[in-house]
Amino acid sequence: MERTTIDLWFGAFVTAGFVALLVLALKVGNLGGGTQATETYRVEGRFDNIGGLKVRGPVRSAGVLVGRVADIHFDNERYQAQVTLALDKKYSFPKDTTASILTSGLLGETYVGLDAGGDDKKLASGDRIAITQSAVVLEKLIGQFLFSKAQDSGSSAPAPAPAAAAKK
Amino acid sequence: MRPLSPQFPPVPEDTLVDIQSVTFSYGRRAILKGISMRVPRGKVVAIMGASGSGKTTLLRIIGGQLKPTKGAARVAGHAVHELDSEGLYRMRRKMSMLFQFGALFTDLSVFENVAFPLREHTRLPEPMIRDLVLMKLEAVGMRGAHRLKPAELSGGMARRVALARAVVLDPLLVMYDEPFAGLDPIALAVIGQLIRKLNDALGSTSIIVTHDVLESLQIVDYLYFISDGVIVGEGTPEEIKRSELPYVRQFVHGEIDGPVPFHYPAKPYAVDAGLAGAPRA
Amino acid sequence: MRASRGRLVLDVRKPLARLGANVVNGIWRLGSMARFFGLVLASSGTSFSRFRLVMREVYFSGVLSLIIIIVSGLFIGMVLGLQGYQTLQRYGATESIGVLVALALVRELGPVVSAILFAARAGSAITAEIGLMKTTEQLSAMDMMAVSPMARVIAPRFWAGIISMPILSLLFSAMGVFGGYLVGVVIIGVDNGAFWSQMQAAVDFRYDVLNGLVKAFVFGIAVTVVATFEGYSAPPTAEGVSGATTRTVVTSALMILLLDFVLTAFMLRADH
Repeated sequence: MERTTIDLWFGAFVTAGFVALLVLALKVGNLGGGTQATETYRVEGRFDNIGGLKVRGPVRSAGVLVGRVADIHFDNERYQAQVTLALDKKYSFPKDTTASILTSGLLGETYVGLDAGGDDKKLASGDRIAITQSAVVLEKLIGQFLFSKAQDSGSSAPAPAPAAAAKK
Repeated sequence: MRPLSPQFPPVPEDTLVDIQSVTFSYGRRAILKGISMRVPRGKVVAIMGASGSGKTTLLRIIGGQLKPTKGAARVAGHAVHELDSEGLYRMRRKMSMLFQFGALFTDLSVFENVAFPLREHTRLPEPMIRDLVLMKLEAVGMRGAHRLKPAELSGGMARRVALARAVVLDPLLVMYDEPFAGLDPIALAVIGQLIRKLNDALGSTSIIVTHDVLESLQIVDYLYFISDGVIVGEGTPEEIKRSELPYVRQFVHGEIDGPVPFHYPAKPYAVDAGLAGAPRA
Repeated sequence: MRASRGRLVLDVRKPLARLGANVVNGIWRLGSMARFFGLVLASSGTSFSRFRLVMREVYFSGVLSLIIIIVSGLFIGMVLGLQGYQTLQRYGATESIGVLVALALVRELGPVVSAILFAARAGSAITAEIGLMKTTEQLSAMDMMAVSPMARVIAPRFWAGIISMPILSLLFSAMGVFGGYLVGVVIIGVDNGAFWSQMQAAVDFRYDVLNGLVKAFVFGIAVTVVATFEGYSAPPTAEGVSGATTRTVVTSALMILLLDFVLTAFMLRADH
């Protein structure tokens, strides 16, 4: 085999490897999409239950991705979850925005949904979202449903205790 | 040279390879049992013996691939097995070995094979390497085939190329491991003549391990016969032809039975054949 | 079973002894391999100063394995797409098909399957080549010419394997994702945007892609050490070399799977 042909093949091979790495990093993985490239500002929110929310989960408003969950913390004094959101600097939200924990579909991923309020003043970096809505825990919902059903029918059957705390 | 112990007679200054009571055992099997021989500079010496007599082991000890259990093989005064890797490296650049069937590198062309030692050990410029390689190939008659791959060569041709490779650095000592094995009469004669002529032209020393008697008697200066790990005979070609030593006679004349027995060691035939009166095995 | 004075006695001792001998033999082999690995590393100077030797071996181990890696990757990705779609459909989560294909490939199948294929194709070739060179005394001849066969023949093949393996693993995973895309988006009709965005959200570069790369690198070391060792220590006969070639593939596969378990356990942390 000619010496130069081998050099060519070697170079092509290594280049192919790099290209594959780039593809995996950008198209398949999460390095692309500019989520880490854009500038963000941070706001906080406290939730009774975050359900299946994870760090780097999406933050959406009107269905559009406006930021990512930067940190999730357990507040040992208030016994609540403290979630830090990193919002894209392009978007500003009024101070009375509501943050809710939602799921996209039955088995979809958990995300934070922002509903804008009507305040003139906007959320600044470090502010706290005052109004939050925790995740809907399925077992609690079923428990409530059965409880209300039992009350409606006025039976003397003992109301089933609400299910144990959700584990997600 | 280190001072010799009293049991060895004084060594003539023109000795290149000095084997002193070399013993080699593989586990508990003794292959060489105290071999002593001397190879003078510039001479072609043959080591003959039946297969398995230890001839190739002796070559490997001289080349430093095996260490003797006792005794020493000295090349140009240095005990080969005592050399460190740097010393062994330098020693091996001055000696070369022609392996049975050639041992050419199958992924390289004939030219590249012969050029290999030059490329590895010298920093000669390409044009000079080319000249040297073609010159050596011309000497063995294979210059026209320099582009071929070893797989495309016949046995005799491959061995000639290997010979060119073995002498490309003009070594002091060339060792041949069964160079005539499996060759037709023409190729055999060619190799024999080349060994002699190259040895004389380059002023080197050659040791041939072989069991080809006819060719050896024609080209060598001295012969040693090894049987069962010891030297059983030695001499010039004339002396050997006239020798009455039983082993030498059997070997040179190709006799079926003699010191080397016809029968593999076995129990008496009556036992195996189960004849009446003999106990069952 | 052995007949002894007319009675049949089941002789368990022989198979047990053989089993014991095999285990001891295996451990002894592992030790020899480790020592061999050390020798190869020590002889690696030439591989770096004469890098062309390594490049040549990368061609023979890596480039020539491209076809089998790319085709296998493509088909495995496509099968993952089909199988995954079937199951995800039941939960209405078909848009996550990209996540399934990508994670399975990048974390596990990419490194493991491509390593096993590499062992089968390139590893066995290396073993056969070195074994043959040993049988035809080429290694001995090189030794006598004062050229270290370890440095000139073995070490370059070792480093070539280490370079080739991660590249092949990446290509395998990339082709697999493409195969999943072909089946999921092009053939079945899952939404293109959802396919990629869900995948991108689930696949983390550091934890998934890079870990997969680390695995491929480790597997590359394992396969090449086994391949070169078996070739170098093969008995110089036809049966010896063929036995060594088979052992390379089997031992490599077992080591890959074992190392995969160890690495995966080490790498999987709590939910991140």
